[in-house]
Amino acid sequence: MIQARGLRRTFKSRGTTVEAVRGLDLEVEAGEIVGLLGPNGAGKTTTQRMLATLLVPTAGEATVAGCDLRRDPNGVRRQLGYVSQSGGTNPAAKVDEELVTQAQLYGMSRGAARTRAGELRELLDLAELGGRVIRTLSGGQRRRLDVALGLMHAPRLVFLDEPSTGLDPQTRANLWTHIRGLRERGATILLTTHYLEEADALCDRIQIVDAGTIVATGTPEELKRRISGDLVTFEVDDVARATELLRGWSDAREVTAVARGLRVTVDRGDTQALVLMRALDDAGLKIGALHIAHPSLDDVFLTLTGRSLRDAPPA
Amino acid sequence: MNELDYYCYLRTLDAEPIEAPMLRDAMIIFRYQMRLLLREPVWIAVVLVQPLLYLALFAPLLESIVKTPGFPPGDAWQVFVPGLLVQLGIFGSMFVGFAIIAEIRFGTVERMRVTPASRFGLLLGRVMRDTLVLLIQAALLTLIAVAFGLRVPLVGALITVGIVGLLGVSLASLSYAAGLWLKSEDALAPLLNMISVPVLLLSGILLPMSLAPRWLQRLAQVNPFSHVVEAARAAFRNDLGDGALVAGLVAAAALAVVGLTVATRTFQRESA
Repeated sequence: MIQARGLRRTFKSRGTTVEAVRGLDLEVEAGEIVGLLGPNGAGKTTTQRMLATLLVPTAGEATVAGCDLRRDPNGVRRQLGYVSQSGGTNPAAKVDEELVTQAQLYGMSRGAARTRAGELRELLDLAELGGRVIRTLSGGQRRRLDVALGLMHAPRLVFLDEPSTGLDPQTRANLWTHIRGLRERGATILLTTHYLEEADALCDRIQIVDAGTIVATGTPEELKRRISGDLVTFEVDDVARATELLRGWSDAREVTAVARGLRVTVDRGDTQALVLMRALDDAGLKIGALHIAHPSLDDVFLTLTGRSLRDAPPA
Repeated sequence: MNELDYYCYLRTLDAEPIEAPMLRDAMIIFRYQMRLLLREPVWIAVVLVQPLLYLALFAPLLESIVKTPGFPPGDAWQVFVPGLLVQLGIFGSMFVGFAIIAEIRFGTVERMRVTPASRFGLLLGRVMRDTLVLLIQAALLTLIAVAFGLRVPLVGALITVGIVGLLGVSLASLSYAAGLWLKSEDALAPLLNMISVPVLLLSGILLPMSLAPRWLQRLAQVNPFSHVVEAARAAFRNDLGDGALVAGLVAAAALAVVGLTVATRTFQRESA
């Protein structure tokens, strides 16, 4: 659905040149939810805006929904639904005015646009709000309206820029349900986020973006496994013997002594912990309080960039 | 909604033949903007009351200077009302750029720029709304002036209102271009002030340039708006064969074309 090669974008401001995106490659298959995860200022929004025809890339090529980004921007626009970070509604307009006008700009007739507006309001829990003036909506309602506006023309490809920023946890979970629903209806979704939970909960594949390039890509599980491994922590009666035994065990990537026990880093905690326990048991060691921990995406980010996503300075 | 329904929309989109998409998009935006405008009662009051204020509070000043040597032919109303109409054309439309800055902030401009809608249509729909408001104001102002004692031939009045419409198209477009370019009220306000004062003073709107010394008249020649004012005055005198009328019409039409071209280019530009 998206093939991008060597995307690059520089901004000039007050004599200095800022490289927001530097040589970014991206592949998105039809039917996937792909997340661009990274701190503020990593170049996620710039990447999305380039792919949405809002910014011309300084260098690089891309095909979006089968259309060449440079040669056929209108072809891209017709098939793309774009929901920007800050949304795009006039507070003085009514909900259905925005929805219907938006659909008409995609060539839909007024009647079809009205029907579609009603369906989408139903789908996004805005059913009764068609006649409401937008400034009277709650934050969550307004965000769902932003999403509805991006979906009016039933796009095959949907870009969501920080879809759940500023929403309370319950509204966020609700929005996630709607986004998953979109994929079930056959849409492909490219979203940006700096929330680990969001990337983890929603994305089939994550592209970790830092300083304008993609530093890692994979499913949330793959990324966590590949980069950090799982931590298996347990108590054991003879720490010294257990350590000696595990040093010779090739699956243990790292063995650290902790209070009354050991912590072992392995690739897959769920299957290898059992093998590990059996080996120790066979050697006659007594094991207690076993604990398997999966690394978070923040651990992944830390490993890749040397910084924590949570501590990354805001742009 | 299942997947099939979902994609049916795409097919209906493709199947629908769209004639003159530019004008269709312009009409969509025009209707949308009109609805928003009509929801603001304050706006409507301003639109209606402004012309009345000009006539009631400024016209009496002119009565006493009509007899000054160098004052052009026609009575005070015939000289003053055309100037006032041109002023309305300039000032009634040159501040619309503030509205587009607000829209940039709302994100609606960007949202519409991601649609396949024609960039010219996105601009034209807005300019059409501004021009319609202006034409209503101009017609009202002329009618009220008639009630105050203005005598004007119908054709002359219609030509003048048409000229005002062209000015509206031009200046609204240029103002949108400036708003899109600067993206900040704090930058747009001084720019508009810087432009509007010399345009006003060198156009003979307030007092006819025939009262001015030679060097000031020469300077005014360069200002296209002074020709527009001359044309409007000729139309009001029913002097339809006057060369000034043709010159003014050409100037107004040229301003409209330049305005639309510049603004469409700005709408097409990526960062706008």
